[in-house]
Amino acid sequence: MTATVRTTSRPEGGPERGNAPVRVSVPTLPDGPESRLYWAFADCWTIVRRDLTHLVKQPVIIAWQLGFPIVSVLLFVYVFGSGMAVGDGVDYKTFAMPGMFAMTMAFGFMNTAMAVVIDKDRGVTDRFRSMPMASSAVVTGRGVSDLAHASIDLVVLAAIALAIGWRSDSGILATLAAFALLLLLRFALIWVGVLLGLVVRNQEAAGNLFAVAFPFGMISSVFTPPSMMPDWLGTIAMWNPVSSTANAVRELFGQQSPELGTSWIEQHAVLMAVVWPLAITAVFLPLAVRRFQSLSR
Amino acid sequence: MKASEHAVLAEGLSKRYRGRKNSKQALDAFDLAVPTGSVHGLLGPNGAGKTTAVRILATLLRADGGRALVGGHDVRTEPRLVRRQIGFTGQYAAVDEILTGRQNLRMFGRLFHLSPSAAARRADELLEQFDLVDAADKQVSGYSGGMRRRVDLAASMILAPRVLFLDEPTTGLDPRGRNEVWAAVRGLVAGGTTVLLTTQYLDEADQLADRIAVIEHGRKIADDTPERLKDRIGGDQIEVVVADAGELPLAAKAVARVSDTEPRTDSETLRVSAPVSDRVGALTEVARTLQDEGADVVDIGLRRPTLDEVFLRLTGGRRDAGHPDDSDHRAEGTTRGVQREGETA
Ligand SMILES: Nc1ncnc2c1ncn2[C@@H]1O[C@H](COP(=O)(O)OP(=O)(O)OP(=O)(O)O)[C@@H](O)[C@H]1O
Ligand SMILES: [Mg+2]
Repeated sequence: MTATVRTTSRPEGGPERGNAPVRVSVPTLPDGPESRLYWAFADCWTIVRRDLTHLVKQPVIIAWQLGFPIVSVLLFVYVFGSGMAVGDGVDYKTFAMPGMFAMTMAFGFMNTAMAVVIDKDRGVTDRFRSMPMASSAVVTGRGVSDLAHASIDLVVLAAIALAIGWRSDSGILATLAAFALLLLLRFALIWVGVLLGLVVRNQEAAGNLFAVAFPFGMISSVFTPPSMMPDWLGTIAMWNPVSSTANAVRELFGQQSPELGTSWIEQHAVLMAVVWPLAITAVFLPLAVRRFQSLSR
Repeated sequence: MKASEHAVLAEGLSKRYRGRKNSKQALDAFDLAVPTGSVHGLLGPNGAGKTTAVRILATLLRADGGRALVGGHDVRTEPRLVRRQIGFTGQYAAVDEILTGRQNLRMFGRLFHLSPSAAARRADELLEQFDLVDAADKQVSGYSGGMRRRVDLAASMILAPRVLFLDEPTTGLDPRGRNEVWAAVRGLVAGGTTVLLTTQYLDEADQLADRIAVIEHGRKIADDTPERLKDRIGGDQIEVVVADAGELPLAAKAVARVSDTEPRTDSETLRVSAPVSDRVGALTEVARTLQDEGADVVDIGLRRPTLDEVFLRLTGGRRDAGHPDDSDHRAEGTTRGVQREGETA
């Protein structure tokens, strides 16, 4: 199938009426209802390529984003580390590295929110919505590229962890499973990020989301076992989804701290590291989609 | 009115924005008929409802009431079919800042479902047409406002759409940028595209549009050819600025002698103005009179009516006049009289 695209010659010498149109035949791929699925994927890929181009052109974003977890871990490990007792025979470094992985995934929703709000602010989202593309691609493309971004983050963090002497104590499969759980948390938080990005007014407001992200990341088992916190805070920390993922990852790396694992939620960390993200997705994915659709209200 | 003869046909569109504290009727029984192949200007001041109208027609916003067909398809029930025929350029340039101009156009081309090679070719053509070849491989974030606007416009012209919506396409452009946009729009029109463009400049609507719909407070208060509209609102204005308020009556008397209309006196800016038909005659006459009288004149000159004055005249000074229900035919017969009476307001 071909469609004729009418293009016009560049009108020389100013604004006169009646520039002769030059017809150029530009073939388009089939675009009937039968090819909807094809275009849902193709459009998603176009969006992913665009988002990844952003990353390539702004590697600074990755550095910025990893700056906080890396600096905090180095602080904890080298400044307070010697004074941190996280259980008999457990090196603080071993405890903190999986925490750092989980915290980075947790903070990732801010990237999503920021990217969504920038597109909304600049009218790019509106342009997409006015086009015959698959509208799902705006959201699925965001999701895929955020996961790719998160994978890059994890590779960089793992390299840093290895460099300062951290090792996984289990086999390759369990180690990969641990990274899969980390990505699962990030996946769930994509929908939170999309929703927040659509809700907040502008980029500045999206920046303020750090005030939400910070306690969400910190009141958890990322840096300290909840059993060592005041009771009420410890309970909140234990039930924080970030803790479940951090603990599950420690378990899969074969590095569980004896200070963890006294309560039900901590004993079922791997299970909860799957349940929490699924629950978050079940709640926030429909909310995000509804919010996206209500842009036309 | 048959849909096939009209690329855009809107009947009784209404839209109310409901905020937490207040709500705002942005469109109120808005009608519009744009014949296929023509350029229609939508002229109105800030907050008139121009963007709202265009966004509804471009399937971005849902109307509360009324119906709209674009390219023969209902914007509410067949948005996909509408989107295949339209180009849309919003009020603010909507392009990816981090990509280059070329990458932007290729990406949008792909999303318009051109093949990769066709998207690339089309991008090159548009870069050429909009004089962006030199900057094509630089990031858009380094572009000037006018260059960004041109990339934005180019993106809405990728498929040479049947209907093109442009929301204030030249706001913020220098005269050269403005001419380029106008030329591009004319080129598309020559190829058969129907254009609906909003603007705050009477001048721009006059330059481009076959018809101008004037909108205020969400209602259409006039819809006519530029010529007849200008007739109705009066042509140029003579304007005299005096040194102090005591001179105002003198100036008003001098101006009244060259205009069939009661001059408007603004004691705050010390200004007297009135529409004139014989431009040069009026100017010399008023200048001579004031000189003879020894008036202390700061400035004297001719200028085109401002948008404010256009509205004042069209509504006869009553801001709520001209309900869209009395469409242009009736308005044509009566508004002239109304506007003359209202002139002193
Ligand atoms: N999302 C919104 N929520 C609430 N009110 C809105 C919203 N968008 C527009 N309005 C209000 O609706 C009215 C019409 O707005 P609209 O943007 O259509 O006007 P406009 O003619 O495009 O103005 P401008 O020249 O400033 O672009 C204005 O009073 C505006 O304040
Ligand atoms: Mg507007």
